[in-house]
Amino acid sequence: MSQNSCCCTSSACCGTPAIQTVSTQLTLKDKLGGWKVRWGLARMDYTMEPGIYAAGEPNETSPVLVSANYKLTFDTLRKHLTGLHCWLLILDTKGVNVWCAAGKGTFGTDELVHRIQETGLADVVAHKKLILPQLGAPGVSAHEVTKRTGFSVTYGPVRADDIQAFISSGYKATKQMRTVRFTMWDRLVLTPMELVIAAKTSLMLFGVLFLINLFAARPFGLFDFVVYAAAVLTGAFVTPVLLPYIPGKAFALKGWLLGMIGTGLIAWAYGWFAPPSLLLGIGYMLSLPPCSAYLAMNFTGASTYTSPSGVLKEMKIALPLIVLSLVAGIILLLIKTFVG
Amino acid sequence: MTHQYLKNVATLAFIAEKCTGCGKCVEVCPHGVFEINEKKAQIITKDLCMECGACAINCPAKAIEVNAGAGCAAAIIWGWLTGKEPSCDCC
Repeated sequence: MSQNSCCCTSSACCGTPAIQTVSTQLTLKDKLGGWKVRWGLARMDYTMEPGIYAAGEPNETSPVLVSANYKLTFDTLRKHLTGLHCWLLILDTKGVNVWCAAGKGTFGTDELVHRIQETGLADVVAHKKLILPQLGAPGVSAHEVTKRTGFSVTYGPVRADDIQAFISSGYKATKQMRTVRFTMWDRLVLTPMELVIAAKTSLMLFGVLFLINLFAARPFGLFDFVVYAAAVLTGAFVTPVLLPYIPGKAFALKGWLLGMIGTGLIAWAYGWFAPPSLLLGIGYMLSLPPCSAYLAMNFTGASTYTSPSGVLKEMKIALPLIVLSLVAGIILLLIKTFVG
Repeated sequence: MTHQYLKNVATLAFIAEKCTGCGKCVEVCPHGVFEINEKKAQIITKDLCMECGACAINCPAKAIEVNAGAGCAAAIIWGWLTGKEPSCDCC
């Protein structure tokens, strides 16, 4: 953008962009906001204005770090920048984190090129070097960006907590910095979202059960709720947290195995494997572990290592089995409910 | 703890003749699938590939091909229901 073109629609007006300085300390409000979106509350509105920001007191030789406009992402990055002087170029990813946005293409070559031009980055820094988060790479073609803007793209570490080490080592990432992990903590923070989705679906089911109860010889009650809730927790919480320790590779199989154990134990404790309640025991053993399996399978979307080809293969085998078992179980449960 | 998903499913393909050994694939792969040996890239752990597509889009020599996408059950179901390519737009 020429220095004289005074369009005044953006912060890049008149060649002297008003660049906001950001703190590297998170406030209580930032932390609460992060906690809220982990539970799926107004998650898609947790955004910030794209553009250039300053951390510390950067000058024209300071590094430029590129990131996404999901506020949780931005907060995670800036809290690791204490003591550094750098520029932050925030792309418009519609409030989605870097990796997912790269998969969707919003953290992509076009948006990066556009943002470089719109912000007048070339007038802010004297060098031609961008540091992108490595997980942005599925959406960005480094050589294409260089061809279109003159800026070179270096991929930094996967995790923001390695950024200081990366910069101080002369922009070299170790293999460990380059490798994505999926620790128990990483998995744990993702489970609230799974639970919220499962709870929403469950509410619809409870509505149907309420109607059925009006005509039932054996209405659904607290015990039924407990065995169901356990199956949901198994699929959406226990399986994700214990993931690598559960036998098998397919997520559905892992969820089904734990679902069988959990449902089996509870049904046994309730005496549902003995004659008057046998239909109930078998009905739940057939219907609930598939629910755990399905919820566990959905966690592939949150995982950091499943390939689409693998998930497709898993689903082609697991889904028909899930549906068959579920339908058979529901039929037995309905017989028990209406016949008594 | 290293996670292992299904084996022999990744669609990752590497055309060694085109490779210039620039190392961008090593830089972008989040699972260390590539290594540079004797100035050429080499696939060392194909079963760890999650088909994110970072290597292919960042290879200046177009030496890597992969059917990239999101490894997500909900995305695949969404694709089946809408008749479109599986995508993350469902969530």
